[in-house]
Amino acid sequence: MKPENYLFAESHEWANVADEGGDKVATVGISAHAVEALTDLVYMDLPDVGDTVTAGESFGEVESVKATSDMFSPVDGEIIAVNTDLPDNLETLNDDPYAAGWIIKVKLSSEDSLSKLMDFETYEKQCSE
Amino acid sequence: MSSTSNLLSTPLTSWHVENGGRMVDFAGWSMPVQYGSIVEEHHQTRNAFGLFDVSHMGRLYFSGSEVGAFLDSLTTRRVSGIDAGKIRYSLMTNEAGCILDDVLVYRLADSDEQPFYMMVVNASNRTKIVEWLKSNLPQGCDIEIDDRTESTAMIAVQGPKANEAVTKIASLNPDTLSYYTGVVAKIGDAEVIISRTGYTGEDGCELIVPGDAAVSIWSQLIELGKAVGGGASGLASRDSLRLEAAMPLYGHELTEDINAAQADLKFAINVKDREFIGRSAILAARKDESLRKRVGFVLKGKRAARENCPVVVDGNVVGEVTSGAFAPTVQNSISMGYVDPAFAEPGTKVQFDIRGKFHDGEVVQLPFYKRD
Repeated sequence: MKPENYLFAESHEWANVADEGGDKVATVGISAHAVEALTDLVYMDLPDVGDTVTAGESFGEVESVKATSDMFSPVDGEIIAVNTDLPDNLETLNDDPYAAGWIIKVKLSSEDSLSKLMDFETYEKQCSE
Repeated sequence: MSSTSNLLSTPLTSWHVENGGRMVDFAGWSMPVQYGSIVEEHHQTRNAFGLFDVSHMGRLYFSGSEVGAFLDSLTTRRVSGIDAGKIRYSLMTNEAGCILDDVLVYRLADSDEQPFYMMVVNASNRTKIVEWLKSNLPQGCDIEIDDRTESTAMIAVQGPKANEAVTKIASLNPDTLSYYTGVVAKIGDAEVIISRTGYTGEDGCELIVPGDAAVSIWSQLIELGKAVGGGASGLASRDSLRLEAAMPLYGHELTEDINAAQADLKFAINVKDREFIGRSAILAARKDESLRKRVGFVLKGKRAARENCPVVVDGNVVGEVTSGAFAPTVQNSISMGYVDPAFAEPGTKVQFDIRGKFHDGEVVQLPFYKRD
């Protein structure tokens, strides 16, 4: 999986949307830039499978030595998978934020929110400003 | 990310930017919060030494024959009559006994052996304290207050190998000073104040240096650090270090809403045979059994109870957290805060309402960390 093909929220989450058995499913994570900015991650609070998420609203928290940060869903839909290995292996986010460091998978209820997300190039530009 | 262009800079700001410091607005100053990993910077200080730019702290110099009596009237400890070379941690309180700032008052002798007073105040309180001092100056008294914050720099060198490094560049070995004393000494041609103070729970010293000598002194210490594992550390690790050492921080454990009697700083409050602003209110607060007290907490797991987090017992809010984090040396989530007196005993089981979820914890004896 390459971040060049992902969509990004201003709040540093990514979404990789694919067809799975006729449904649109977004794999969601946080960007390498966000992981670097957070540094020293110690804890992650994840939602449950079956929870619904709304674009722009918090679906969980990630905690570093310095602060606790919300993770905001980039999409609308229902959570169909959660990466439950992640909280015990937070270094995965440093090593592989765009693949093994995925956080949730969301079956989209609508594609409206996708138009508000940025492509990789635009996101990289935002981060460098 | 906020702009840092209109912020005050220290003589070391360019160094921080050139060396990867992540700069943040800290009380109106552009300061490095970290260079890389906060945890590594934390361990660096505990194991070797960390260099902290604390130039944002206010440095007020006093001159005049009545300074000692004047400062006595405003601080919770007597400072007049102490020997040159001594430093007192003290509080400044208002009429209600509530905390305006926590300060260090230095009684030093200059290079001509003339004694003088100097005070280090928190960056966020500098303007307020200068105004408070001026508004309380007795009419016609012979006192001048010289704020040299922006013409000098302050470097904290903290850790078990800190004094060894300073010895290599200074005219004096800080080990020859006892804790909470200081002297005017030399580093190269620069006249500096070296004091056995700091806010990390580690051994070490703090240097107050002329602004134009700061980069040279800092760079020499950076070079010396390379051999022993010392280096630059940001204000984030200074915060995790002081939290482990249970040192209260202004704006968190100490505020104008907290009476000095609540803050578990009895050593810094001397009420015997003396008067100062706030004294009678502090005495009254000591007898008030309803006032919350400052305590420490540990939590189970890695979740941290941070500032403003409610402390709950049997479904009732009995206190509030003022600082908290996962602590790198003690390898536990720790917090400080205030609780109702009935729940202040170490061993008391409590819960923390962390963003709507309850986590178990316990009141513990402070500090969380004490060096050997």
